[in-house]
Amino acid sequence: MELIWDGIREAFRLIFTGNAEVYEIALLSLTVSAAATGIALVIGLSIASFLAFRAPPGRTLALSFLNLGMALPPVVVGLVVAVMLWRTGPLGQLHLLYTPAAIVIAQAVIATPIVTALSVVALQTLHPKLRLQVLALGASRWQAAWLLFREARLPLLAAVMAGFGAAISEVGASIMVGGNIKGSTRTLTTATVLETSQGDFETAIALSFILLALVYTVTLTFTIIQQRRRAS
Amino acid sequence: MTQPKMGVRGIVVERAGHHILFVEELDVSSGEVLAVVGPNGAGKSTLIHVLALLERPSAGEVLFDGQPVRDGLLSYRRRMAVVFQEPLLLDATVESNVGSGLALRGVPRAERAHRVRRWLERFGIAALARRSARTLSGGEAQRVSLARALALEPEVLLLDEPFAALDEPTRQALIDDLDRALAETGTTVVFVSHDRAEALRLGDRVAVIIGGRIRQVGPPSQVFAAPADEEVAAFLGVETIVPGRIRAVEEGLAVVEVSGCRVEAASALEGPSAGEVLVCLRPEDVVLSPAEDRPAATSARNRLPSVVRRVVRSGAQARVELDAGFPLVALITKQSLEELSLEAGSRVVASFKATAVHLIPRHARRQSPSG
Repeated sequence: MELIWDGIREAFRLIFTGNAEVYEIALLSLTVSAAATGIALVIGLSIASFLAFRAPPGRTLALSFLNLGMALPPVVVGLVVAVMLWRTGPLGQLHLLYTPAAIVIAQAVIATPIVTALSVVALQTLHPKLRLQVLALGASRWQAAWLLFREARLPLLAAVMAGFGAAISEVGASIMVGGNIKGSTRTLTTATVLETSQGDFETAIALSFILLALVYTVTLTFTIIQQRRRAS
Repeated sequence: MTQPKMGVRGIVVERAGHHILFVEELDVSSGEVLAVVGPNGAGKSTLIHVLALLERPSAGEVLFDGQPVRDGLLSYRRRMAVVFQEPLLLDATVESNVGSGLALRGVPRAERAHRVRRWLERFGIAALARRSARTLSGGEAQRVSLARALALEPEVLLLDEPFAALDEPTRQALIDDLDRALAETGTTVVFVSHDRAEALRLGDRVAVIIGGRIRQVGPPSQVFAAPADEEVAAFLGVETIVPGRIRAVEEGLAVVEVSGCRVEAASALEGPSAGEVLVCLRPEDVVLSPAEDRPAATSARNRLPSVVRRVVRSGAQARVELDAGFPLVALITKQSLEELSLEAGSRVVASFKATAVHLIPRHARRQSPSG
């Protein structure tokens, strides 16, 4: 128990003394996961719009694969992305392995099925004719998409939060494709794994606490946006 | 007939291998209200979707101002407005809903606010302006939906069963408001409904659609008086429906002039007590008696000397088409037909009670052209 308190005290010390390394790690975690969530959102909303509004044949099958994708083990994703980015792999020419970009790719692969599957459900909660009504009101394709996403903002923001949560909390893939290189690809989760393996629980707990605080700040922001009502 | 504002040519819509709409030709003139009536599943909504450029037909063309619509669908869509059976409001305030189509068109804020206010007032929902659309009743929500469409001041307004989900008093009040708004704006309207009374009430012309095909188009009185085929007749309910004009109302009894004849009606009329009406009479309410009979003591207020035009037997009944100064249909038994020995040219007296007459008010849309 004392260990945890020491860890939390250490966390505050690291935060308030402006420990450069911790800030760097936290910032990298945030930007990498935000970028991955952003990519997942663009891909996810496109696929979800197609599946929800166009109702193509095989939609149920596609959804079952997306739901499977929600349970995709990060180490499997890490392995596949590592193989793809390996020097002799199909994307080896890009020299992305052990860079933050590789982590973004891996986290995006993990977050995309989550964001997509939850977005399909989110858009399916809308009245099936609402899209026609919005188009009939004179909306362009983009205006229609924007209005419909706004209508489904509550469940869509839940999808975004779930995707971001999966990305930032993931560790296996980040180590495999990022390499946990100090000053380059070390994130809060990979650093926590390292400190724990070295027996430095205090720092590990501090890093975990910072990670939780960060995730909560982001989630709180989204929740406030989600629950805000223009019309009371 | 002014030039067609909108129309379709050779429209075929197929879904999963089935033809669900097949319209060779249909036009709606500028400022006209075309009521398309038909049973559920007749293809009415699909027709509206095609006209609204929301569904691309498998074959055929949509014409706008005489020109085929090929591309730039958005610019055409922005000259129209559609109201569906469900209000389909956005999760926002009433005023922001009514202004939503204008906002999509980039209408400046001040102009938007002005038009929103005007149409909220027109539909009697100005007090709801700041309310969340989620808190509205069905009738209120449909008013918002209509105001949202009319605020666009569209060249063509497409209405897909907008009153079908409403209770009766709400429906009547909303039809009145819409009728007035349409008369004032002179908007071209295609109005789709399964309810023939609504079609009679609002339509300048009526088109009957059954099984995906337009079976008959014409002025309401003509379509209802002379259905093109059995299915149309069965759907419309064979009735005498003729235009008339209320001359006087005395103690709840309306005196209506129909083609120079006097018809008394006990029909409860809402709104103005004088003006244009459609006089409706069910054929089974018309009693025929020999012309030479002295008027018996009867409670029937209407006794019209008539000439039999045609007799159509069907089973145990006969449909007798009469000329009473206006076309009138009577449904009598085979026995009565034989006892009266009726045939084309026979003279009879057609009687019916004032309570059997149903009057449908018609706003004098054509007579008062306005901008």
